[in-house]
Parts: sequence; C-alpha cells; structure tokens
Amino acid sequence: MTTKKALSHLDWLESEAIHILREVAGQCSNPVLLFSGGKDSLCILRLAEKAFRPGRFPFPLMHIDTGHNYQEVIAFRDQRAAELGERLIVRSVEDSMKRGSVVLKSADESRNKHQSVTLLEAIEEFGFDCCIGGARRDEEKARAKERIMSFRDEFGQWDPKNQRPELWNLYNARSHKGENIRAFPISNWTEMDVWQYIERENLQLPSIYFAHQRDVVIRGGSIVPVNVPLVSGEIANPSRESEEIINMQVRFRTVGDISCTAPVVSDADTVTKIVLETATSTITERGATRLDDQTSDASMEQRKKEGYF
Amino acid sequence: MSNTTIQKDSLLRFMTCGSVDDGKSTLIGRLLFDTKTILADTLTQITRTSNKRGLDVVDLSLLTDGLQAEREQGITIDVAYRYFSTGTRKYIIADAPGHEQYTRNMVTAASTANLAIILIDARRGVLTQTRRHSYLAHLVGIPHIVVAVNKMDLVNYDQAVYDKICADYLAFAHEIGLAQSKIAQGHDIRFIPMSALNGDMLVDRLDAMPWYSGETLLEMLEKAPAAHTEQSEEFRFPVQFVCRPHASDDHDLHDFRGFMGRIESGDIAVGDAVTVLPNGYQSKIKAIQLGATQLPSAQTEQSVTLLLEDEIDTSRGDMIVKTGSTIEPVKQIEAFVCWLSETPLSLARTYIIRHTTRESKAKVANISYKVDVNTLEELPAEGSLAMNDIARVSFKLAQPLMVDTYISNRATGAFIVIDEATNNTVGAGMIQN
Repeated sequence: MTTKKALSHLDWLESEAIHILREVAGQCSNPVLLFSGGKDSLCILRLAEKAFRPGRFPFPLMHIDTGHNYQEVIAFRDQRAAELGERLIVRSVEDSMKRGSVVLKSADESRNKHQSVTLLEAIEEFGFDCCIGGARRDEEKARAKERIMSFRDEFGQWDPKNQRPELWNLYNARSHKGENIRAFPISNWTEMDVWQYIERENLQLPSIYFAHQRDVVIRGGSIVPVNVPLVSGEIANPSRESEEIINMQVRFRTVGDISCTAPVVSDADTVTKIVLETATSTITERGATRLDDQTSDASMEQRKKEGYF
Repeated sequence: MSNTTIQKDSLLRFMTCGSVDDGKSTLIGRLLFDTKTILADTLTQITRTSNKRGLDVVDLSLLTDGLQAEREQGITIDVAYRYFSTGTRKYIIADAPGHEQYTRNMVTAASTANLAIILIDARRGVLTQTRRHSYLAHLVGIPHIVVAVNKMDLVNYDQAVYDKICADYLAFAHEIGLAQSKIAQGHDIRFIPMSALNGDMLVDRLDAMPWYSGETLLEMLEKAPAAHTEQSEEFRFPVQFVCRPHASDDHDLHDFRGFMGRIESGDIAVGDAVTVLPNGYQSKIKAIQLGATQLPSAQTEQSVTLLLEDEIDTSRGDMIVKTGSTIEPVKQIEAFVCWLSETPLSLARTYIIRHTTRESKAKVANISYKVDVNTLEELPAEGSLAMNDIARVSFKLAQPLMVDTYISNRATGAFIVIDEATNNTVGAGMIQN
C-alpha cells in the first residue's frame, strides 16, 4: 500500500520549523528572534538560515541578559551573530534594576524570572509583535499544552484557558497593537531531537556544553557551580564557608542564568558522546538541571502566566 | 496496513480518544513507561504522588496530569502533546479530553493525526461517546482507526466480551457509512483487546489473552503508514514568503527571486511545467533549494525554495501547481464547520478565512444543517452556531481561494475562520464541494 517514502523524523521536524519561521515572517510585521547562545536557539538560527538564505533574516536577534550568564556563552553569542551578519540586540536585567522596574528581594536572588520584565520592556521599546523562542513541549508539563503560536495580552500574560485553537498547520499569528505572539518553531522537538540535529548539522556550541573541569559544591542535592567569573568582572555564586569545593568533570544540559542552571557529571566531550549519553540518560533535562522548576510542581506554569518565555 | 513494512526513522502523529474513565491517561502513561520514555525523576515524582493518595502501585495516569488550573477545577481544558520514540519511529501523541463539551479539542487533535486510538471500556461496550469519537475522527479525515477494547482484566480477559464489542462497533460503523467509506479510501478500522493498567497488548503481549493472535498496539503503531505515503497526490505549493535579496552586495543575487513554502502534497522536479494561481501565469521550475543545497526534486512536507525560469510577479498567498492540474480559484465554498468559539457564529458578521497561506474576507451564505455528534442526525441550524457545533455551511468569499475537497487533500481542503475583532480562531472548516 505504501507508495512513497516518508521524510525522516529530523527532516520532518526541520521542515515544520522552517514553515513556522516563514509563517512568522509572512504574518507578523515586526518579529524578533530570541537568541541566548544556548543549544535550542542555535538550532533555530540554523533553521532560520535554511528558511531565509540567501536573503537576510526578516527579524533581528535579541538576548535578554541577566548579567549572570557564563562568559563562554556570551562570547559565543556575539561571535555567532557576527558570523551570520545579523543584528543582535541585547537588553539587560541590570538596566531594568537601575530603572527600578526590577527589584530583587535580596542581592543573591535569582534574576532568571525577572527576565520577563526586561523582555516586556524591550517588546514595548521596539514594538515587536512576535517573539520567536526555542521552548519545547517536552521540557515541562506546562509546555505540553502550549501552542506553536501562543497569544499574550498587553501584559505579556499567558492565559491557559484562553488560547487560540491551533489546527492543521494553519497558524494564526494576528495580534492587535500592544499584544504579542510567542512563536515556538521547535515545539515538537525533544532533547534527543535537538542533539541529533546538532550532530547532523555539525553545529558549533559554547564549550560549557561539553565535559570540562569545574569547581562545584553539593547544595540541596544538586551540583552547584561556584565562584563563576562574570563578564562584568564580578563573581557569581560565591561558595559558602561551610561548603566543600569539589573540582568535578561536568557538562551543562541547559544553559541559562547561573543561579538556576546546574551541570551534570559527565565525560561526554563530543556531540556524538552527548547523543549517546542522552539516549541512556535516566533523568529529564529540567529535572537534572533547572533549579527554578523544582520549587513547586506548577512553577513553570506560574512564570509563564507572568510573561516568562 | 498490516502488510506494510516499518519505515525506519519516520514520524507518526496519532491521537487518543476517550474519557478519563476509559483509561486513556493510563494508556498513554503505559506507552511512555514501557517504551522507557519516563525518566527517573518523573517516576519518583509520580510514585510520591501515588503514595500520597494511598495507592500501592504507581498510577501511570499521573504522567499526563495537567495544569494547576485544570487540577483545581478537576477538568482537562486542552489538547496536550506528548512524545516518545522507539528507535525505529518518533511519535507525537495528541491527547484530547473526551467530554462532549470538548468536541473542539477533539477536532483540533484530529487535524494533525494520521491514526486515532478509540478507547472502549470492555465493561461498558460501544457508548454514545464511542460514536461521537468515531464520527469526528472520520469527519476530520484520520485514515487509520484502532478500536482499543480496554480494561479486559475487569472482564476476566473474556474473548466473548471482546468479540461482541467488535461486532457492535462494526455494525454501527456500517450504519453511519464509516466502514464503507474507510474501505473505499483504502483506509482501515482495526481492533485490539488490552489492559492498559497491566500492560497487556500495548508494548508487551504478556500471557493473559492467548486467544488474540493479532498485533500488539505498538506493532500497529510501528507499521501504520505515515501521512501522505499511501496514495499519489497532486502537487500543491502555497507561497509563504518571497525571497528577493536584491539589496545585497552580491551581484549574483541581484535577480534572485525565490518562492518559499512547504510542499503540502505531491512532488516536483526541476524542469516541471508549473502554473501560478490565481493569475494563471505559466513557467518551469529552474531550481529547488533547501538551504544551501540544490535538489533535483522535492516531495510532500518538505519546506523548500522554488526558482522559476521566468520572471513572474508572485506573492504570499499564491499557489504553485503543476500545469494541467485540476484546481480552479473559487469564490464560494461549502464545508463542514466546527465552531470553536464561545461567541456564536453570526450571519451578520464578516469573518476572515485563512486557507493555506492565503486569507479572504468571508460571509456565511447559508447553514444547511447541524449534525448531532452523538446520534449523527441532521438538525435545523436556525441561523447560528454555538461552540462545539458541527454544521454544513456555505461561505461567500471576497478573494478567490484555490481549494481541493478535504477528502482528497487535508491541506488544501482545510481552513480556519478568524474573528477580525478579536483575532481569535473561531471555526475550523473542511471543504466538501
């Protein structure tokens, strides 16, 4: 009965993502691609090349910098944007703190959730009507019901009860002035798909994704990197007096704000080894590495309602 | 579909229909668990919750536990998407809540599925909701239906119970024309007895039902044809975006004009004669590109860039087809529409119809009848449609659309209705004429 060969799953996912990126370009007047230097957004950059070259991207890149990112990732972010010849906008949580729109409860509070404020400020500053992001539905259960084109109101809020039905591949990215669409081209990818795509496309990644030696402590059952030098010259996550610093071989499975991304013990120093390790891993990506998701069963859902990506 | 072979590394999208009581969450949880998709931290979490609720076994249905907002209200609001992979295939499950008021969710989940698992509780047999799920799966054009008679453990794995349910289902499927229409299209309805709770006949066969010699559920999924592989389809290429990098420094690119889009059906090769609709301009394919790669040909579901031999003024919303293809721009369409919005359809309003990459203003010309999704009776529509209604509607269009019937092409036969005031997606349509 089968008359034709179907696309491989990676080809299918790639094609779907290119289609979504082109729908954003076709339907939105002023979109932006959120680019952190992390592996998911690096996949999206490759997809955008396949979607729009030999033309330029029909959107700038933007990073919301907490000021607490790994130097290696920030350097990689700048290098990649320059290689592509695309415009990179950086807006920082520290500027929001100076303006007074972000107030930390204490100096060492994680700035991760405060990115929402800076993001909304940047959306308003540039009048963006769509932000393209690298979120995936397999990451977390609040994401499992997320639309590919997800509607946010004027306050950037996600209302799980009031989402537009999404049928076939007919996406509705319309919005009124002040409202916003979040578009997720790799919604249907899993962590494994991402690594397989990185391997197939031979994508370069920031070095901290690969096994390296690092000073860490064990805090609350998680591996916590300590005394991390920042671009600003400051030191993030200072170790506490009672803690024993261990130099361990680790790698990061996700890369974000230092205060909430923990590494895993690993000797995988190539993409191929990481694909193998991912295939045999017994812990989910967020379970292993996202300190912010462990606070409450519903913490991602809560953050998304407040405008988080 | 039993005589097809497993195509390595492809992707299958399927949906599950059933209410909580049918064991749908347990079925999905079992598939994820037995294919080793559940990792240690997730398992620890649901084990803890199971213990808290006083259960001595792990409740796999907790894996599909929903949002806080849903748990508070004790309902499932929305379609959830889940993923697993077997090493031979990647699967995307659309998990739709089964209650009557969620017809719109079922239609949403069905729109991208190539196979539907319809769950029946072995103790209760074919129910009203079974009929509703079957009708909707059929309406939305899911080619492969697997009727899963679940909870066989609660009827002592009795073959007679299973056989009776299969016979009842087939009788009903004939009555509504589902069986005949599936056969006519080369599609199928298959049956399987199972216990999702114990894992019988899902991933592992186990030994409780030696009388069943058919495939396990996972074997059926592994062999089910992927979308677009079963019959030859006409080439349809809605233009999404036109690439004109003439401002670039590169002089070679000065005349570059690439038509970007996803091949919704059929295939295309360099040299093929094509027509651009609705204007009818004719040309030939000069090149096919995917990123920096030049392709001699391309097939359904590939996102590519087409270059034409002639300079033709083409923009987003146009459709490239092979010259001689039987498709005409139309300004009136008749369709089955599922109304998705809490605000009823109004005959006085102008709506936007989005079909492929094209939009047109539209007004309802006529609502012929509504369908009762439980009895499949045709009812008078009385000039309006409420949320979850399914009706046969004709629209007048301001702009011509290039349509196929939904039964011949799920991509070019489908559209959504958008409310211009709120920008909400308020209806889903499947073209009949």
